[in-house]
Parts: sequence; structure tokens; C-alpha cells
Amino acid sequence: MRRFFSWLPALLFLGLFFFYPLAKILAVGVGSSLFIAPESLQIGFRALRFTLYQAALSMLLTLLVGLPAAYLFARYGFRGKSLLRALTAVPFMLPTVVVAAGFNALLGPRGWVNLALMNFFELQSPPVTILHTLGAILLAHVFYNTTIVIRVVGNALVHLDPRLEHAARLLGATPARAFREVTLPLLRPSILAASLLVFLFDFTSFGVVLLLGGPTFATLEVEIYIQALHMLNMPVAALLSLIQLLCTLAFSVLYSRSVTRTVVQVAQRPAETVVRQAKRWRERLFVGSMVALLFALFILPMAALPLRSVSRLEAARGERAIVQTGLTGDYYRELFVNRRGSRFYVPPIRAAYNSLEYAAITVVLSLLLGFPVASALARPKRLDRLLDPLLMLPLGASAVTLGLGFIVAFNRPPLALLGSPWLVPLAHTMVALPFAIRSLQPALAAIPERYRQAAAMLGASPLRTWFAVDWPIVSRATLAAATFAFTVSLGEFGATSLLARPEYPTIPTAIYRFLSQPGGLNYGQAMAMATLLMFLTTAGIFLIEKLRLPGAGEF
Amino acid sequence: MSGERHKMLEVDGIYKTYEGAPLLRGVSFDVAAGETVCLLGPSGSGKSTLLRIIAGLEGSGSGQVRWDGADLASVPAHRRNFGLVFQDYALFPHLDVAENVAFGLKMQGLGRAEIDRRVAEALAQVNLKGFERRRVTDLSGGEQQRVALARALAPRPRLLMFDEPLGALDRTLRERLLDELRSILHASGVPAIYVTHDQEEAFALADRVMLLHEGRIVQSGAPAEVYARPVSAWVARFLGLGNIIEGKVAGAGRVETKVGVLKVACAHEHARGESVALLIRPGRRNVGDGENSLEGRVTDVVFRQNDFRVTLDNDLYFYLPDAPKVGERIVLQIPLTAVQCLSAKE
Repeated sequence: MRRFFSWLPALLFLGLFFFYPLAKILAVGVGSSLFIAPESLQIGFRALRFTLYQAALSMLLTLLVGLPAAYLFARYGFRGKSLLRALTAVPFMLPTVVVAAGFNALLGPRGWVNLALMNFFELQSPPVTILHTLGAILLAHVFYNTTIVIRVVGNALVHLDPRLEHAARLLGATPARAFREVTLPLLRPSILAASLLVFLFDFTSFGVVLLLGGPTFATLEVEIYIQALHMLNMPVAALLSLIQLLCTLAFSVLYSRSVTRTVVQVAQRPAETVVRQAKRWRERLFVGSMVALLFALFILPMAALPLRSVSRLEAARGERAIVQTGLTGDYYRELFVNRRGSRFYVPPIRAAYNSLEYAAITVVLSLLLGFPVASALARPKRLDRLLDPLLMLPLGASAVTLGLGFIVAFNRPPLALLGSPWLVPLAHTMVALPFAIRSLQPALAAIPERYRQAAAMLGASPLRTWFAVDWPIVSRATLAAATFAFTVSLGEFGATSLLARPEYPTIPTAIYRFLSQPGGLNYGQAMAMATLLMFLTTAGIFLIEKLRLPGAGEF
Repeated sequence: MSGERHKMLEVDGIYKTYEGAPLLRGVSFDVAAGETVCLLGPSGSGKSTLLRIIAGLEGSGSGQVRWDGADLASVPAHRRNFGLVFQDYALFPHLDVAENVAFGLKMQGLGRAEIDRRVAEALAQVNLKGFERRRVTDLSGGEQQRVALARALAPRPRLLMFDEPLGALDRTLRERLLDELRSILHASGVPAIYVTHDQEEAFALADRVMLLHEGRIVQSGAPAEVYARPVSAWVARFLGLGNIIEGKVAGAGRVETKVGVLKVACAHEHARGESVALLIRPGRRNVGDGENSLEGRVTDVVFRQNDFRVTLDNDLYFYLPDAPKVGERIVLQIPLTAVQCLSAKE
């Protein structure tokens, strides 16, 4: 019974802010003739087809980069390895708007590459037009998800017994054949798992597609956003959400089944035995070109952004004369100015205050709801194992669907919350809660009963035991969970884009707004805000990494 | 080493460093046709590395590996046709028993029927008939060991190598497999190198035993010979041959030690005052026979199946047919043959 009460707050929260909105979406859909009208179905089908297409393409490209990269990390030692590894992991947690802004700063019409080419060849218009093409979406997806392949497949490779390959060699297999007949089949489950996970992320990707592709590349997510916010066509949005939800569920089930299979085949081996230095020229070529490619892929967009935010390179809107180019802090100064002087248009820095406020609320809510659940899950009984997957469900539903659900559920009494700024942190909590629980639970589970007993046997009172044994572990985990919730909230774009009111922008929605408005000053401010967000998030990631218990799993 | 034995494998002056420190320092030996050689050494002595160098899985700093007179430096592992049985077998977990055994035959490009025939033959050889379709992950340790052996035997390698193949198994199973292995090796006539840190295994299996210590082979010979005449204190200690005590030569055939002056029949010439090590075999002693008498207080008595292991307060131990009381003073007479002098350096 006590266990049930530790679940109660989280379950109530889940019911009210997840299942109820989902049910409302369904109700809106089913209650309307538009729900299954041929033209609605056609929109749904078109969006689904494109979503699958871009996700499959993104996944293949990600594997193309990720598999050699995984091999590189698992088998070769080279200088800068740990830096590069850390670097490849950073994008995974970066907010989509930051990534979009980064690629914009690198490859957009006002980006470094185009400005350099225009300057050098004295061109009138930007020659590289990858922005607002499928290419930009694919590139960003590769940037985002390569780390999944590196971690999942690389982990399997590291733990693969190198003697299996040696045995094959001695039985007469050439190195290539040994790889094909032994290594590859043994890696297949992990490659499959990584592929499915990458596919799932590409399938539900929203911010990147909207910001880099533009409205012409309507995935299910983007189409939900357009139908709900621009067309105000809720039944169609509901239909799209349903399709999206069912697909995600199917892929998630496939994924978790493939994960259980991965575990069986991999023997635990120390990593040192397989790591070697590249010696032959072919190995050197492989290592050199992979390292260069990865550094380019992961550093350039992330370096382009902050550099672009402090560089004046072309005329701001309204300035006719030749402007001075060079370093500038103007874009950051502008963040504090309300240019239009209107009551509704707040100075951009207001968005930062809002974001921090929402993030703080998200942290408090996630910890309050997550702590009892994580403690129950640390020593799970049957009830806990039964309820556990329920909590992970919000991860499967896309943030846009969540936003849509909030709109249809809370637009009239008794829960007319739509005007209230509270909705945003509530949505953020929904997204952050699974992460918070997942970072608390292993730490709480890691406190061995034996330590407590040992402390008690040595004469410590229960209170002193708690401070000596539990507190050091719990405090770290709590800080990690809080940081997780904080960074998730700071960068959340999907639900916020539907829920945030114009007078309460968050950093991501403000960036989106700046990026979609013309002019060098707007562009610069977008860069400046995105840079701030990037540094905040990166700091958060490093803090979490530092706090993570050694040996606690990734993903 | 008579001239008629035909050297198949020759290992010549192998040097290898591991993380900057020398691991192998000029290892040389050879294996004749049909001979089983056991390479015996403590863990970390570089035995496995040596096998991997012979197999072609690893390069050596310098030195040569030759087969039938031809240098193998340019022959990659997969073209050497050497078989290796790994310590924990390294069976392919994604293949079943028959597929594991067939792997090498498939690499040779044999036809289906031939492969099936040879797999059946190899499995019969190791008493695993009917195991063809079993998953290797479901097998017991001993069965996995047999599959690994069948897999190595099936392609008919010209040399078989074993890297502590019985290390992970319990004692009774180990003894049984050792017997099977010996008869299989004799029947096949394939020269073999067997690496182990377990002297019982080595003595049971080998035509010749080689001891690897500090990167060199310190002794090589037939098991009985090595057992009877260890070349150094280290060898005697590693093989557990008995008590090792240090002493100074006090005159012809006399060595002064912490337990008194002992009479020794030593083959070498020694100068007076030279440091030597003595091996005193614990033998099966009776109280009161032999040329040397040795006195001590009993500190420990352990029952063994046929006698008692008795430790004295001078840290020497002996096997006695009857158990004295702890604390009792006894005098033992040690025959000349039970005391050997060894070179004192390790």
C-alpha cells in the first residue's frame, strides 16, 4: 500500500496531463466528420509517407557515418580520442533550435560558408542553398544521431571477444572474411537496435525539420503543428497525432525487443585488449579521414554559431551604407532592448527570464513527482515493474502531440488553463519526468543495503547512517536529475511552440521567431540567443556527466 | 636431442616488449614432427603472447618463426594452417556446434558433402556425436572445450596450439579431458604446443616440457628429467619440488645453512664460500634414516591421504608416515640423494 502512495502523485499527474489530453485529441477527432474525410486521410498519408522516407534516409546516412565511427572508437587509439568522443555526445542533448541555428550559421544564406564564397568570388547571391532543402534536414539528423550508433554499436564492438576474430583467422578466414562471417553477425543485433532508435528519433523529429526544412517538408510532426496552429484544423491534427502515436508505439516495441536480444550475445571483455594504434597506411588513412570528418561534422556547426553571434558581416535591415564588418557585441546588447516599444513585444531577454522560470518550476515538479517513484523502482516489486512502462510512455508520444493535447484539453472550463503560463512548465515536466526518474533510480538502487548494515554494525545511528551512506549518493543523483530536467525544459521546442503565448516567449520560441524574420539584426539576435542556450545546455550536460555514477548505463 | 628428429616448427630468438617492458627476451625452441611440447610458466610470463606470435596474430620485435625451414614472416595467420584452442574456447556464439566445426573447412572451400563428413568425423573424435545442431552457448564447459578441439582438428592443421585450454574446468573433468586429449594427439600425430601454468597438466601430456621465466626458456627436457634435475632454484620452486634454502659452501660436499651444515653430493665444482641454493625434497621420510640429520620442533601437521605433511619451526616441511604431535621435537635423517644443490641465482 505504501508503494502505491509513492506512485500516486506521478500517476495522477500522468493521468491529468498525458492520458486526458490524449483522450481529448481522440475525442476531437472521432467527434468530427473531418477525421476520416478523404482529404484528411490524404494529408495524413502524404505526411506519413514523407516522414518514413526522410527517417529511413536519415537513418541510412547516420549508419554510414556512425558505423565506421563506432569501429574507429572501439578499435583504434589516437590523440584527442576522449575529446572527440565527448564532442560526438554533445549534440544528442542540444536543443533542436540550437542545432538548427548552428547549421544556419554555417550553411545558411547568411552563414560562414556562403559569406566566404560570396566575398571570395564576388557573387551577388549565396551560392550554397542547402537550407530549406531535404539535405539540411538529413545533415542535422546525422549530426544528432551519429552518437547513438557510436555508443550502441561501439559498446558491442568493445565487448566483443577479439579472440572470436582471431579464431576465424586461424581457421583460414582472411581479415575481411572474418569480419563478415563473425564480427558482423555478432554485431547485427546492436546495429539493428541502434538503427531502430535512430529511426525513431528521426521519425519524431520536429524542430530541426521545421527550422531547417521549412513548411514545405511536412513530416507528421510539422503537419500537426501547421494544422493545429495555422489552419486551426483540430480534427486533422488529431488524426495525424493518432497516426504518429501508433507508429511510434510500433517502433518502440520493435526497439525494446531488439535490445533484449542484444544483451545475450555480447561477452564482457576488458576494452584494452582490442584498442590499437593505426600502423599500416590503409589504417592510417581510415583513422585520419574519420577523425577529420567527425571533427568537421561536430565542431563546425557548433563553432560557427558562437562566432557568428559576435560577427557583423553585412548590413542590418534599413542600413544602406557600407557597414563596418568585424567583431561586435551588438547582438547581445540588442537582446535587452524593446525595439518596437509595444506592450506585447517584450525585450528578447524577457524570453530568457521566462525560460529560467519555467525550467525552475520543471525541476521542482520533476523531483517532487519523480523521487517517490524512483525510490520505489530502486527496489522494485511486481507493482512497480507493472507501472514502470507507463511512466516511459510520454517519451514515445511526441512533444507536438503533447502540445496539441494540452490545447484541446485545457481550452475550456473546468480546466481553462490555456491562457496561463503554467501550461508550458507542466508540459516540460511531462517530457522531463522520465529522464529525472531514470537518473535517480540507478543511484538509489546502487545504495547497497550491506553498507547500511555495516554502518549500523559499526555503531552509527540511523540518522548518521543516512548522512554517511545515503546522502552522498542521493545528493549527486538529485543534482543530476535536476540538471536533466533543467536542460530539457530550457531547450524544449515541440510542445512550447504550440503552447507559449507571444507575450511569454521562451528562448527556443524566441530564436525561432528571430530566425523567421528578415534582416541582419534579427539574424544576429537569433545567433546570440542560440549561443547562450548552447552554452547553458552544454554546461548542464557536462554537469550530468560529472555526476553520473561510474558504471551506470547510458540510455 | 638426436640428429634424426625432424624439426617442423622453429622459433628463433623472439623478442617482444609489452607496454615498454621486455616480455620475451630471445625465446628459441623447436617442435619435431609428432611431438607434444608443453610450455610451462607462471601467468604473465608471456606464454600466450608467444603462441599468438607463432600463430601470426601478433608481430614480434625481432626473431623468426620457421616452418619446415621456411620463414613465416610474410605468411598471414589465415594461411599458416595452424590450429589454436583458446583459453575459454572462443566458440562463435552465433553458430551451432556443426557450423563452428565446419568454419575452417568452409574457409578451405570444401564441398558440402565433404564438410559434413569431416564435421561428423571430428565430432566423433571428441565424443560429441549427435551434438551437431546444439547451440554452443547451451553447452557445459567440458562440451564447449570438446567443440573447440573439434573445430581446431577438423581442418587438419599442421600444428596444434593450446592456450591453457583446461584452465576454466573443475579438477575431475580436467583429468578426464587430459587423458582424451593425449590419446587424440597421439592418434593424429600432429605436432602440438600446449601452454599452461599447471605442471600436472604439462607433465601428463608432454613429450617435452619447457619452462618460461623472465622472457627466456630456462629449462627444456623430458618431464622426468626436468623433475629429477631442476636447473635453478626458481625452477624447483615453481614446480613445487620441495624446500629451497640458501647456503654457503663450507668445503668439499659440505654446505653451511641456517639448519646446520649439510652433506651434499654436487656435480658442479664450487669454491669455498660460494653461495648456493639447496633443494631438500620432502620425500617420504622416516624418522631416522640417511646421511644428514635435521632437528626441529613441529609447528603444523596436515593430514594427506597416505601420509602427513609436517612443518618444522625452521620452515622446512616433510612428508612423514606417522603424525608427530605439534610442539614435539623430532630428528629427521635426510639421505644424500634428497639434497640437491642448485645455482642460487633465480
